[in-house]
Amino acid sequence: MTVPWAAEAPPQTQPITQNDDVVRSRQQVRALAQECRLSLVEQTKFITAASELARNTLVYGGGGEMRAGLVERHGRRGVAAVFADSGPGIPDTELALTDGWTSGGGLGLGLSGARRLVDDFVLDTEVERGTTVTIVKWAR
Amino acid sequence: MAKQVSPRGPVELLTTDREKVTADWIDTVAGSLQGRISRAEVDRELRELYGALVEGLREGGDDTRGESLSEARALLTELSRNRARQGFTPSETAISVLALKQALEPALRNDSADDTTAYLRLARVLDDLALFTVEAYTRTREEIISSQAAQLMELSTPVVKLWNGVIAVPLVGTLDSARTQVVMEKLLQALVDTGSEQAIIDITGVPAVDTQVAQHLLKTVVAARLMGAECTVSGIRPQIAQTIVALGIEFGDIITKATLADALQHALRASGVDLVAHQGVGR
Ligand SMILES: Nc1ncnc2c1ncn2[C@@H]1O[C@H](COP(=O)(O)OP(=O)(O)OP(=O)(O)O)[C@@H](O)[C@H]1O
Ligand SMILES: [Mg+2]
Repeated sequence: MTVPWAAEAPPQTQPITQNDDVVRSRQQVRALAQECRLSLVEQTKFITAASELARNTLVYGGGGEMRAGLVERHGRRGVAAVFADSGPGIPDTELALTDGWTSGGGLGLGLSGARRLVDDFVLDTEVERGTTVTIVKWAR
Repeated sequence: MAKQVSPRGPVELLTTDREKVTADWIDTVAGSLQGRISRAEVDRELRELYGALVEGLREGGDDTRGESLSEARALLTELSRNRARQGFTPSETAISVLALKQALEPALRNDSADDTTAYLRLARVLDDLALFTVEAYTRTREEIISSQAAQLMELSTPVVKLWNGVIAVPLVGTLDSARTQVVMEKLLQALVDTGSEQAIIDITGVPAVDTQVAQHLLKTVVAARLMGAECTVSGIRPQIAQTIVALGIEFGDIITKATLADALQHALRASGVDLVAHQGVGR
């Protein structure tokens, strides 16, 4: 998916290699969601989705990075975040997106829940190559 | 017979104009610290360091990590730690060593190859010791930061007694695994210490509840239950409630309340306390 980054502000990159980086990603996304004037509910949903994906990048992807920024399409503004790692990839995406399925000790709701929390959700993964998840939330 | 000029090494370079060199050095350092440390203090620190430096160089040469300069290193460690604790910058710390190079310049005799060689050798030693102060400085700062983090963790998780048999933990900020561990331990310990059967975890101050936070909460509630206590989660704001539902998290049979007040009322009722309004009092 090509992300329609807003012309005036380039996306910022946040490395995700340790626990604190999950918090930093969350704070960065929060600032963007506020800047985009999302409602409090929409903000919280987007931030929570970002938190899930950042942690998956760290835990399962073995670390990676988040690129986040404002986006624009057909005159509509939104906020987007792209989580990328070069980890093991996800062999069965349908399974991974099943509520309650986890290969670790989680609740198995991060990936499937994140998809429900945002407007656009694109999962791009290849075994042994890595995983990229793109999420967008559009302002109402 | 021609007057013999003994070749000067780093030690001679340092000691020939002893008083002037140390005075210039102390001046520069004290000036750079702009009175935030008293001149007398700088004077004491640097004279001590000077002594150790001369002694060390005389004994064992230029090996800055070697045994002969261990006294000088110990003094520098002490100095760096103090600077770090008092909020000085790494440059303001390293200058205590580097300013000595500048103070030595007037002592160099024109056209003396010996002096130049000696100066360069000494400069290398001083550069290395300056790096050493930066390392010691950084170590101290890291210690300060990690001890503050630990204190913050303790600070931010007070367990309060609300009533006989009812305790509460108001959670504020980000809940990571380490903090949740502390919260859980403190809560369980407080249940034992106070003999309480009702516990309230208030999450009004938690900005987002993701699957990790939810899982930590669930574990805490289950642990409390195993100890015979009932645990209520309160302070779930509307945006958090909607997010939790969309994520698909189920709190099962865990009791949740909108506010801490609601949770307290519930806990009191469960422990057999009736709240009765006096007649004539509003509400
Ligand atoms: N970036 C990734 N790289 C490789 N595998 C992944 C990645 N993200 C998710 N997965 C796989 O998908 C599974 C489901 O992810 P999901 O986030 O839904 O659950 P979880 O992380 O196990 O638990 P939680 O509910 O705490 O998030 C994971 O257990 C993991 O096997
Ligand atoms: Mg997950």
